[in-house]
Amino acid sequence: MNKILLVAQREFLTRVQKKTFLLTTILLPLIIFGFYALIIYFSVNGGENVNIAVVDNANIFKGKLDNKDEVSFSFLPNESKSDLIAKVTAGTYDGYIYLPQNTNVLYSDSIQIVSAKKIGIITRDQIQDQINNKLREARLLSLNISKAQLDSAQAENRVGFTMLNGTEDSDAKVGASLIVGYISGFLIYIILFIYGTMVMRGVMEEKVSRIAEVIVSSVKPFQLMMGKIFGIGAVGLIQFLIWIVLVFGLQFAVAMLFPDIMHQMQGQPVQPAGMQAAQAYQAAQDSPGIMSGLSQINFPMIIGCFIFYFLGGYLLYSALFAAVGSAVNEDPQDAQSLMLPITMPIIFAIVIMTKAVQDPSSGIAVFGSLFPLTSPIVMMARIAHGVPDPVPYWQLITSMLLLIGGFLATTWLAAKIYRTGILMYGKKITWKEMWKWVMRKS
Amino acid sequence: MLFLLNLTKMALLELHHLKKYYATQKAVDDISFSIEKGTIFGLLGPNGAGKTTLLRMITGIFFPDEGQINFDGVPFNPLNDIIKIGYMPEERGLYKKMKIGEQALYLARLKGLGKAEAMEKIKFWFKRLEMESWWNKKVEDLSKGMSQKLQFVITVLHEPKLIILDEPFSGLDPLNANLIKDEIYGLAQRGCTVIFSTHRMEQVEEICDHIVLVNLGKKVLDGTVQQIKQDFKENKFSIQLSGLPQQVNSNAFEVIDTLANKLTVKINEGYRSNDVLQYFIQQNINIEAYSEILPSLNDIFINLVESTHATTRSFQNIG
Repeated sequence: MNKILLVAQREFLTRVQKKTFLLTTILLPLIIFGFYALIIYFSVNGGENVNIAVVDNANIFKGKLDNKDEVSFSFLPNESKSDLIAKVTAGTYDGYIYLPQNTNVLYSDSIQIVSAKKIGIITRDQIQDQINNKLREARLLSLNISKAQLDSAQAENRVGFTMLNGTEDSDAKVGASLIVGYISGFLIYIILFIYGTMVMRGVMEEKVSRIAEVIVSSVKPFQLMMGKIFGIGAVGLIQFLIWIVLVFGLQFAVAMLFPDIMHQMQGQPVQPAGMQAAQAYQAAQDSPGIMSGLSQINFPMIIGCFIFYFLGGYLLYSALFAAVGSAVNEDPQDAQSLMLPITMPIIFAIVIMTKAVQDPSSGIAVFGSLFPLTSPIVMMARIAHGVPDPVPYWQLITSMLLLIGGFLATTWLAAKIYRTGILMYGKKITWKEMWKWVMRKS
Repeated sequence: MLFLLNLTKMALLELHHLKKYYATQKAVDDISFSIEKGTIFGLLGPNGAGKTTLLRMITGIFFPDEGQINFDGVPFNPLNDIIKIGYMPEERGLYKKMKIGEQALYLARLKGLGKAEAMEKIKFWFKRLEMESWWNKKVEDLSKGMSQKLQFVITVLHEPKLIILDEPFSGLDPLNANLIKDEIYGLAQRGCTVIFSTHRMEQVEEICDHIVLVNLGKKVLDGTVQQIKQDFKENKFSIQLSGLPQQVNSNAFEVIDTLANKLTVKINEGYRSNDVLQYFIQQNINIEAYSEILPSLNDIFINLVESTHATTRSFQNIG
C-alpha cells in the first residue's frame, strides 16, 4: 500500500508540475468562457444596425413599426422609388420598403425589402416578426376584432402534472432535470475519456521507455498499475475542482463587471453541452421559471452521486485503459484498434443516456443505470430527475454495488493483462492473446 | 573456526530445477545452480537462451512454473527479498522527462529506503562517480554512457546483497567501463554477490569467479573459470626457442603452428608436458619461454553453443 502511494505521488506530482497542466487547467476554462462570451456578445449586439426607409402609400402600417434591437424603421412621406434608391445608394438608409397605393399586402401581395447589402438572418427574422404582427393586427381590425379579444380567446390553460402521492411534477422541474442530467452525464463521459487515455499513455510511456522492468523489480506490477490509476485520478479530481471554481468565479466576475450582459445572457439559449441539451434548455425556457425548477433539484444528492460515479467509472475504465496501454508497443495505431472494445460501451452509454434523460423510467434506462459499464453515465442522467422517484433507492444502491463489483473485476482482469503485457516487447498483441493472459493461472 | 569457514562458503542463491514454459517454447528448462556469497557470477548464453527469463525469476518478476529458489538459505519470497536485490535489466529504462536527482530518489524509495536515507546514499554515489552536477538535468539530456552510469547507481544504491547486472558495460567508453568495473570489484569485496550477464567473453574471463552457460533453456556448462578452462584444454603449449630446429620429429607431440621462433605444439596422448622440454633440451636448443595454452572462454562458448544448436537442428529434422 505504501508503494502504491509512492507511485501515485510521483504520477500526481509530475503531471501537476508540468507547465501544460497549468496551461490547460487555467487556460481551457478561460478559452471556453471567452468563446461563449463572444457568442453571447455577438448574438446580443447582432453586429448589424439596419435602418430601413418605409414609404407606405397604402397606409397600412401608419408609423406603427417600432424600432427594436438592430432594426429601425423610418417613415418617409411620398418619396418616389428612384429617390429611395438614391438614398439607399448614398447610404442614408440600409434598405427600403415601397408600398404603392393600391397594393393588397394584407392578403396576397408580398412585401419587398430592397437593400444595398445583404441583411443577416437574425435581423431578417426580426423584420418578419414585426411586419407580420402588424399585418395580423390590421387583419383583425378589418374583421372588427380587437387585440384584447383575440388574446383572451387564445389564452392557454397551463396543465399541471401531479403524482399520485401528491408531489407536484412541474414542467420547470422536468426541464431543469433534463439539463442537469445531460450536463452530468456528458461530464462523466468526458472524464472517462480524458483521464482514461491519460492512464493509457502513461502505461505506454513506461513500457516504451523500458522503465517498467526496473520498477517491477522493486514493486509488484499491480502496485505500479494502481499507483498510476490513483495518481492520475487525483490529477483529474484536482483539475475538475479548479475548473469548477474558475467557471463560477468567472461568471461572478463577469456579472460584477458587466451586469447588463449577464441580464441579456439569461435570455439567450446558451449551449451547455451539445445541441440536444440546448434544445432541452429552450424547451425548459418556454415554461416559466427555470430558476424555480433548478431550486427543486436535490443538488447535494446529485453532487454526491456525481463524485461516486466519477470515481467508480474512472476506476473501472482506467484499469481497462491501462491493460490496453500495456499491450501496445511503439505503434500508436495498435492502441486505436485495441481501444475499440473499451470505447464501444462508453458510446453505448451516451446513446442510452440521451433516452434516459427524457424517460428515466424506461426499461433501457433502468438497465443502463444498473449495468456497471454504462451506469456512471446513465445513472447520472436518471438521478437528476430525483431519488427515490423515478430512481428508487434499491436501484441506486444496486447500481453502486454493481459498479464497485465492476471495477474490482476490471482491475483484476486488467492486472493480469498488464503484468504480462508490460514486459512484452516487439510483438503485436491481439485481444485474443490478452484473453489468454487473463485465463492463465498466476 | 569451522563455523566461520562454513559461513563464507554458504550459497546466497540456490536454484533447484527451475522451469518456465511459454506457449511456444521452453524458456527455462530444468536449470539448477548455486551462487556463493561474495562472488562474481557470470550468466552466459546467446540471445534467446533464456537468460532474461531466468533473471526475471530470480528478481521475483516471474514465478517459476516448477522448481524452487532459495535466497540466503530460505525459500525466496519476492515480497521481502526484493529489497535485497538490485537489478539492472538489459533494456535500460528511465523516465526521460524526470530530473535525475528526483528519479534516483523515487527509485530508491520504491526499494523501501526512507527519504533521508535515500538522499544520503544518492549524494554519496553521485559524488563518488562525479555526477553531482547532474542533479537537475533531465534524462533525455544525458548521453548513453551517462544514463548507463545513473542506472548503475540506481541499481546498487540500496546496498543489496545480490546485484544483477545485465550487460553493464554496453554503451560505456573504456574509461567509464573501468570505473564501473572497479565498483563491481569493490562491491564484491564488501560482501555483495554479483550476477553478471553478458555475451562479452573477455569481460567474463577478467571479472567472473564462476560461470554458468545456458542455451535453449538448458544449462550447458557450470564451473569456475579456471576449472572450465582446464576441462576444455586441448593439451596445447606455446614454446619460445632461441632458434628454430631444422626438423622436429618426436612421438610426444606435434607442431601445429610456427611463428618466428615460437612454436605451438599439441602433446599426444600418454605424454606429459615435460616430454616436450626434454626433446628440445636433447636437441640442445635454448628454451626461452614455455606455457600452456588454455582455450579462451570465447572459443568454448562458440563451440558449445554451436554444438547444442546442431543437436536441436537434427532433432527437428527427425521430427
